[in-house]
Order: sequence, then C-alpha cells, then structure tokens
Amino acid sequence: MRSVMKDERAWAVLLLALAAFVPVVAPMLDSPATVALATRIAIYAIAASSLNLLLGGGGLVSFGHAAYYGLGGYVVGILYAHYVSGEAFLGVIPGSNDLLVTLPLAILVGGLGALVIGALSLRTSGVQFIMITLAFAQMLFFLFVSLKAYGGDDGLAIRRVAPVFGLNLRDPATLYWISLGLLAAWLFLMDRVSRSRFGRVLAGIRQGERRMAAIGVRTYPYKLVAFVIAGMGAAMAGALMVNQARFVSPDMMHWTKSGELMVMVILGGLGTLVGPALGAAALVTLEYTLSGLTEHWQFILGPILVLVVLFARGGLMGAVRRIAGMRGRAPDALPAGELPAGRVQPGDRAAPDLPLREGAAPHG
Amino acid sequence: MTPGVALLLEQLLNGVQLGVTLFLLAAGLTLVFGIMGVINLAHGSLYMVGAYAAAVTATATGSPWLALLAGLAAAALVGMVVEFAVLRRLYARDHLDQVLATFGLILFFNEGTVLLFGRQPLFVNVPEGLRGAVRVLPGVDYPVYRLLIIAVGLGVALGLYLLIQKTRIGMLVRAGATHREMVRALGVDIRLLYTLVFGLGALLAGLAGLMAGPILSVQVGMGESILILTFVVVVIGGIGSVRGALFGAVLVGIVDTLLRAYVPGLLRQVMAGSEADALGAGLASMGVYLLMALVLLAKPRGLFPAHA
Repeated sequence: MRSVMKDERAWAVLLLALAAFVPVVAPMLDSPATVALATRIAIYAIAASSLNLLLGGGGLVSFGHAAYYGLGGYVVGILYAHYVSGEAFLGVIPGSNDLLVTLPLAILVGGLGALVIGALSLRTSGVQFIMITLAFAQMLFFLFVSLKAYGGDDGLAIRRVAPVFGLNLRDPATLYWISLGLLAAWLFLMDRVSRSRFGRVLAGIRQGERRMAAIGVRTYPYKLVAFVIAGMGAAMAGALMVNQARFVSPDMMHWTKSGELMVMVILGGLGTLVGPALGAAALVTLEYTLSGLTEHWQFILGPILVLVVLFARGGLMGAVRRIAGMRGRAPDALPAGELPAGRVQPGDRAAPDLPLREGAAPHG
Repeated sequence: MTPGVALLLEQLLNGVQLGVTLFLLAAGLTLVFGIMGVINLAHGSLYMVGAYAAAVTATATGSPWLALLAGLAAAALVGMVVEFAVLRRLYARDHLDQVLATFGLILFFNEGTVLLFGRQPLFVNVPEGLRGAVRVLPGVDYPVYRLLIIAVGLGVALGLYLLIQKTRIGMLVRAGATHREMVRALGVDIRLLYTLVFGLGALLAGLAGLMAGPILSVQVGMGESILILTFVVVVIGGIGSVRGALFGAVLVGIVDTLLRAYVPGLLRQVMAGSEADALGAGLASMGVYLLMALVLLAKPRGLFPAHA
C-alpha cells in the first residue's frame, strides 16, 4: 500500500475513479449545481495541465495560454453560427454543431495557433518571452472583440448541440463524463510525454538550456513541439467549456484568464501530474465558495494567492508529497552550480555554465 | 494650415501626451525590472491608487495642490509597503512566482478599491486656470492641461537622466542594473537602494495616475489596461533602460493614437460604417502588440538593451 501511495499515477487513477461518481452522489446531496461545477473543474484541469507542460515541463513561462483556450472555444462558436445561418465559413467550411467535428477542429486550430505564435515567441527568452506571449494573446483578444460578425464584445451563444453517439450533451452528467474521460486521456498522454525521451529533454532544457545545447541537442524544436501540444490541450478545454457554458466571448482570451490558469498550476504543484488538476479544483471551488460568501471575493482570493506563492512552495502536491513521503523533485532542488531559471540574466552569465562537481572549489 | 494637417498635428500631440504618461509608468517598471529583476504586475495598481487618492482629495477639498500631494504620497506609501511586505520576498524567486504574487495583489487592490469607492467611475475636473486651449501653431489649438502633462513628463525624463547619470545614487542604480552581485559585494546597502528605487517608481506611477484623472475617468481596472501597454513599452525600449523607456513610450503613444484616429476612417471607405469602426478599433488595439512582436523578432532584447 505504501508504495502505491508514493506513485503519483496511482493517485491520478484513484482521483479520477472517485470523480466519476460525482453525478451519482450529487442528487443524493440535493445539490444539482455540483455536476456543472465538477465539469468546469475537469475542463480547467485539462487547460491547466496543458500549461503545466510548458511551465513545469520546459520552464517556459507562457503568459498567453488563454489565447489557445479561447481559439478552441471560438472554433465551436463560429462553426455553430455558420451551422445556424447555413453559410459556409469563408465560403468553404460548412458549419457544424457536432462535437465529433468541432472538437478535433478546435484542437487542430489551437495547435496551428500555437505553432505560429510559438515559432515567433521562442526566439526570445526570459522576461521577453513572458511579454511576447502576452502580446500575442492580447492581439487575438482584440481581434475577436472587433469581429462584429461573431458577436464582438458580447460573444456568441450556442443553443443546440448534436448528440454524440446518441448521448445528449445537454444532460449535465453526460457532458461531465465526457469531460472527465478526456481529462483522463489527457493526463495519460502527459504522463507518457513526461516519461519519454522528449520529456527528459524538455526537463533538461528547464534545468539548463545551454547545457542541453552543449551536449548537442537543438532545443528550439523540442520547445516548439511542447508549445504546440500545450496549445492543442488548451484548445480542447476551450471547446469543451463552450459546450458546457453554451457561450463563447473574448473574455475567454482575456489576460486574467491566462493568469488564472497559471495560478491553478502553481496552486496544485508545478511540474507534477495530478497537481494542475488539484489546482483547478481548488481555485474553482475557492471562487465558488468565496463568491457565495461575498460579492467582493477577489479581495480575499488575492491575498490567498500571495500567501500561497510566498509560503506554500510546491503547492498542494508538495503538501501531499510531504505527508505521503513520496519521492520526487523538491521544487527548490537544483543541480549544483545552477541558478533558478528566472534569475539567470545575460549579465550574470560570466560564471562557468558547466556544472561544477560538488565539493570542488570553483578556482581550485 | 489645412484641416487635415491640423488634425494630424493634434493627434501627434495626443500621442506624445499618452507617451509621456506611459513613460512615467515605464520608468519605474523598467528600473525595478533592471535592478531587482522583478516583474511587478501591481505597478498599474499604484497608478490607480494615485488617481483615486487625488480624485477623492480634489472632490473633498477643492484644492489641486492638496490633490497632487495626496496622490503622490498615497502611491509612494502604498508602493513602499508592498515592497516591504511582499516584493522583498520575491527578489530571489523566479519570474513565475513574481507574476503570480503580483497578480494576487492586483485582485486585492481592485476589489479593495471597489469596497472603498464603489464601481462607479469618479470624474475629476481639470484644475481652474488650466482649462481652455492655447494656439500652438496657426490653426491648431491644443488644451493647456495636456500640454502641461507633456511638459511634466519631459521634465521628469530630464530629472531622471540627471539623477541616474550625475549622482551617486544614480551610479549605484546603473551599477545595480548591470552587476547586481558585484554592487552587493562592494558593501552597498542594496535593500535600502531597492526600497528607494521602488518608492521612486511608485511615486512616478502615482503622478501618471493623478494627471490622467481629469482626462480619463478614474475607475477600477484603469491600472491594467495601461499596465499591459507599459510592458509593451518596457520590452520595446529594452528592459532596465530609462532611455529606452522614454523612446519606447513616445513611439507606442504615437503609434497607438494615430492608428486609433485613422484606421477606422480608412476602413470605412471599403466597408459599412459601424463594422469599420469596430474592426478599426480592434486593429488599432492590435497595432502596438504587433509593433512589439516585430521589434522583439528583430532585436530580442529591445531597442536599447541596458546590458549592452
């Protein structure tokens, strides 16, 4: 049992299995809103986990992840609008309200968006990377605000969704199970990715990009592929969210949404498998609870975030690890001679980049 | 002078006025970036604090001088408290932690402002004696108040230049921006320097906010829209460079203003009026981000990198 407790994958399976019973338990507790809340958690968990591939996997601080989330949402919204009007999109692509069509298309568009934005943004690093990803997300945000044909500021409503394999997507429990199933599939993919050669190279880039370059790895393609995978995951989440909320608006791309996704990752545990999902659950539940208490819930949420960043290193998974005695990378543990990524500035790079052997004197 | 040229000149002056406002914010932000290595998303909140403090004081007392004093003092004080309580603990952290903690601060300040003053925007009058317009060129009248903002902004730029290039504190600031560890190793009280720099940045943000009050409405969220533009300025100019901040701010101010003034009109010639206005506003908003992306692709460290 103890060894099971130490395996994060076992935790993931256990939590997902428990989560599957939410629609069964919720009516007994007489709280029908719970299923909708749980659906939002599952969807945000996918988005946060996709961002975690960048933040925790490759150490790439993208501040524009909501762009792909919103792109995925708008694919569903725009295809629905054309399905209603009967006119083809750009005169070529017919509209659709079928999730089996819109979801893969959303993932494709999200991936393409991430490919273009990533290809340009990854030429920079550090603060500039944070800011250029934010800038691209803002550009898309303003583009969709200005598209009056698709609702502009007000967004688009989606009224009818076609059944998938005879399942009615307007039934909250059905949509929940679909979202949870996709979350499970996504977490399985993330687990495979992090354990693959690709994942190891990405971790190497996070710890010391120049070291990876020095041993002969071209880092740019690895970072770009990670960026595209993350964009696809976010777009999938966005498409699901639009089906859940039956509404899409530029708010999905607002920079505060990118911030919220980052908060989920950090709150749950950067670079862990289950962490981002836990973080999504914690933030959505916290927002829900606080907004039930007071209209000014952000006044309480803000300081909580500050305290989490200052004092709760490793997030919820860090706490779980400490309690369960799990092995794993402590958030602070860096190889000898390594500076935390954010603090390494070009000016500081006079020091030798190669790792010094532990105990060896720098100029001995 | 033809009306077209007069309009262009007026829009250029509007651009410079937006530019110097951005500069006041960007100067503080770029110094904090360059010296402490901290991304402070809450810098826009200090702008909001300055604007609110001045607006409330002006309404209560009717004195523009007291309003000026209140705005500057509130922003500097709040800035120093934030530095002492939160940011000081983030200097050694990575950018991700800084972004998140200061994101939390934004939520706190915005909602706190709603609690204190409500969601309704406050409107502030231009101080008496600064109303009206002057003829800057034959056929071109321009509001005195906006000219004053431009003058104050350029004055601050000159003052910062003298402070940074000619004084001992400025020497430490420059040294801190290039070789932080070395300055500390030489025995400089880096903590005090950090607090002073942060306080100065906060003061300038407050100045920008209180001056913008009579032009824009003072409301919750005013900090974020300008904050993101300020980041664009800082990144275009080169992080840590005050000269870059000034250049980037005026460039962004003029580009943004001209696009907003002319793009909808150009689009209206090819499409229906209301759609052209919406699309034009959107494209104009995208313009500065496109500019930033282009600059970064050509020069990944900005136009005037401080560490060059």
